[in-house]
Amino acid sequence: MRINCPLCGTRDRREFYYYGAEDYLDRPAPEAPAQAWDDYLHNRDNPAGVTRDLWYHDLGCSSWLVVTRNTVTHEILAVEAVADRKGGAA
Amino acid sequence: MPELIAKSALHGQAPKVALGTTLSEGVVEKMVSVAPYPGRGAAVDAVLGALGLRFPAAGEAVAAGDVRLIWVGRGMAFLLGADAPAGLAEHAALTDQADGWAVLRIAGPVAVDALMRPFPVDLRAAAFPVGKVARVPLNHMQAVLCRTGEDAFEIMVFRSMARTAWHEIAEAMDVLEARARAS
Ligand SMILES: [Zn+2]
Repeated sequence: MRINCPLCGTRDRREFYYYGAEDYLDRPAPEAPAQAWDDYLHNRDNPAGVTRDLWYHDLGCSSWLVVTRNTVTHEILAVEAVADRKGGAA
Repeated sequence: MPELIAKSALHGQAPKVALGTTLSEGVVEKMVSVAPYPGRGAAVDAVLGALGLRFPAAGEAVAAGDVRLIWVGRGMAFLLGADAPAGLAEHAALTDQADGWAVLRIAGPVAVDALMRPFPVDLRAAAFPVGKVARVPLNHMQAVLCRTGEDAFEIMVFRSMARTAWHEIAEAMDVLEARARAS
């Protein structure tokens, strides 16, 4: 399994640290209802197929990445830097 | 305060030579990380311009004489060989790194072959030309790898990893030498 880092190029999956679901990018507002916080912290889909999650290139450039991958075929479908997303930090 | 004796990470380590290729410790007296604050790219380049430099793109090293600025990761570069120019601190986070890193140099005809064993990247000239920099693991160590010449590379690792890094590369050189002798 290889991940194509936008800055480093295609690298072995062992260079990356897996953080968790993409949901972590959508932090609710402090006053959001308890259900929103419950979803954010605990409730996850577990798809057999396409999923999106966060990886960190810790043996590389230190980018946080959103990786779209297929849990059945292990295919990596897309990789995007979190910082490059609209509204992301530089 | 007492005067401490400055010693490099591999102090006393003699260079290693195999197949005409030399592994040695490099000395970096000045090394400052430069991490531009959001939206200050142009201001950082304006200050660096006084040194004949600019902030490097990903995977790039820029040089002006003995002063270099090498990319070392997202939003960060190392300034080598000079103090940070006046005014840079207003636009970028600056941190002295000189005591934190060890620098190894390898140069010679089998440098590429030796490094392609512990570094999982294509180091052939077409894929990794002179001046290219990569953040790439040296086996399991975080490292910075820079091609400084046709047959010459510079490797930076955290200072605490210096002897392990030396060992890994020296061993790759030994394997190549043994194979050359056997053939
Ligand atoms: Zn990367």
